[in-house]
Amino acid sequence: MSEVLRLAAVRKSFGSRDVLRGIDLRVDEGEVVALIGASGSGKSTLLRVVNLLERVDDGQVFLRGQDISDPRVDADAVRARIGVVFQHFNLFPHLSVLDNVTLAARHVHRRRRETAEASALELLARIGLSDHARSYPDRLSGGQQQRVAIVRAIATDPDLLLLDEVTSALDPELVGEVLDLVRELAAAGTTIVMATHEMAFARDVADRVVFLDRGVVAEEGTPAEVFGTPREQRTREFLARVGGLGPPPSAERA
Amino acid sequence: MSGALPTPEPSGLELERRRFRRRQTGRSVLVAAASTLVFAVVVWITLVNTPGWARVQSTFFDPAVAVEAWPRVFEGLLLNLAVLVFAAAGVLVVSIVLAILRTLRGPVFFPLRALAAAYTDLFRGLPLIIVLYVVGFGIPGLGFTDTRPPAAVLGTVALILTYSAYVSEVFRAGIEAVHPSQRLAARSLGLSHGQTMRLVVLPQAVRKVTPALMNDLVAMQKDVGLISVLGAVDAVRAAQIETAAAFNFTPYVLAGLLFVLIALPLIRLTDWYTARVRRREQMGALV
Repeated sequence: MSEVLRLAAVRKSFGSRDVLRGIDLRVDEGEVVALIGASGSGKSTLLRVVNLLERVDDGQVFLRGQDISDPRVDADAVRARIGVVFQHFNLFPHLSVLDNVTLAARHVHRRRRETAEASALELLARIGLSDHARSYPDRLSGGQQQRVAIVRAIATDPDLLLLDEVTSALDPELVGEVLDLVRELAAAGTTIVMATHEMAFARDVADRVVFLDRGVVAEEGTPAEVFGTPREQRTREFLARVGGLGPPPSAERA
Repeated sequence: MSGALPTPEPSGLELERRRFRRRQTGRSVLVAAASTLVFAVVVWITLVNTPGWARVQSTFFDPAVAVEAWPRVFEGLLLNLAVLVFAAAGVLVVSIVLAILRTLRGPVFFPLRALAAAYTDLFRGLPLIIVLYVVGFGIPGLGFTDTRPPAAVLGTVALILTYSAYVSEVFRAGIEAVHPSQRLAARSLGLSHGQTMRLVVLPQAVRKVTPALMNDLVAMQKDVGLISVLGAVDAVRAAQIETAAAFNFTPYVLAGLLFVLIALPLIRLTDWYTARVRRREQMGALV
């Protein structure tokens, strides 16, 4: 397995608040890594650091071996290789679904309109939204919007897909369709790092679970290890709080 | 789909409610029409019975003088329209540039930001008439060109200078009203700062501020008449000339009516567009 992403001793603070206090993490090709942890544990900040939306205070971030925390690196070019989906579906309201999906392909990757639209329509067909290609985002349900956001993020074949709490802003009955799409992408071999509150989903889909606590990796391992037999006391406490502890259903399957 | 279900016949209760609403609407329309009529008649009678009405009527509302003045005033109006078109185009460009300069972040851009801020402060404070005089008589005085540029051109420049300051603030408000997450999403896709501005932020900002922009256009439409102080023969100036020739103020009234006639479609369009935007936003759109 080749390495896609590596964080080495990454630190980040906002004012006097240390959010990331020396994070080491490695993600290999095709791996699905779930970041879990309480609000404020640094999950979102970690994702934003990887996507260069935040500058690290110390340490290094490598994308396919290239040190992207180096200020000489072209941040726009790095971001173009990483797909991101946020908690609130940040589709562009003034653009149709199709234009949302093809925006980066056409303006960043300089693909021709027809080529970009053909592959976008293919992706939309896969998620059953080709009928909505010409619709505007406000005509779509939250779940549909979020699935379009995911498709937009993968439309340019990024090296890595970052998902930041992609189901947190959704009505409960819409969560399933979004998770199904993520599951599909994971099965297709997309390299994914996701921050999530959906413990059952993390247990189900992730190859590896990383528990963040107060800015450090408190525990990491397979879902069976972290959810089934957590080594750390604080992991057990967190899981008990979110109701994720218990007999691991994936343990038998794994 | 629920739309496929046949709509059931309205119940007796609902029919009665609709009848009541219709009756009420009918009565409101009648009351409004009656009160308008009474008001108009009262105003008319009061006006006609003032001691000087006959003289005012002959000096301000003389149809013969209006017909006489029409060709010249109309020709002047065409100049007003031309100036309006060029000024509007100029204002659009200058104000967007100013607005973008004012929203630039980072210490490197401080001088540009400060310059843009100073510009908007200055030209929002200066009365248009003073800008017109300074530009109209000051720029030719510099002697860039051998001959004096036409007054209409100088007037257009003065209008652009003043209105760009106002309109840039409208654009700036629009740019800042676009949610930061939109910028974030755009940058995450790899779009550069410039691309984000051009493809994501500005289109949304312009949509948000279109009603305000159209309002400024209506305001500028009538301020175009002020270029007459520089000697350009526009509708106002033409009316002034005709007034002096006929010893009668009717040409001014004529020019005023023509200005209102131009403004009306713009005003209606603004109202229609504003109402449309409001309807859309109230439909529960997410953004």
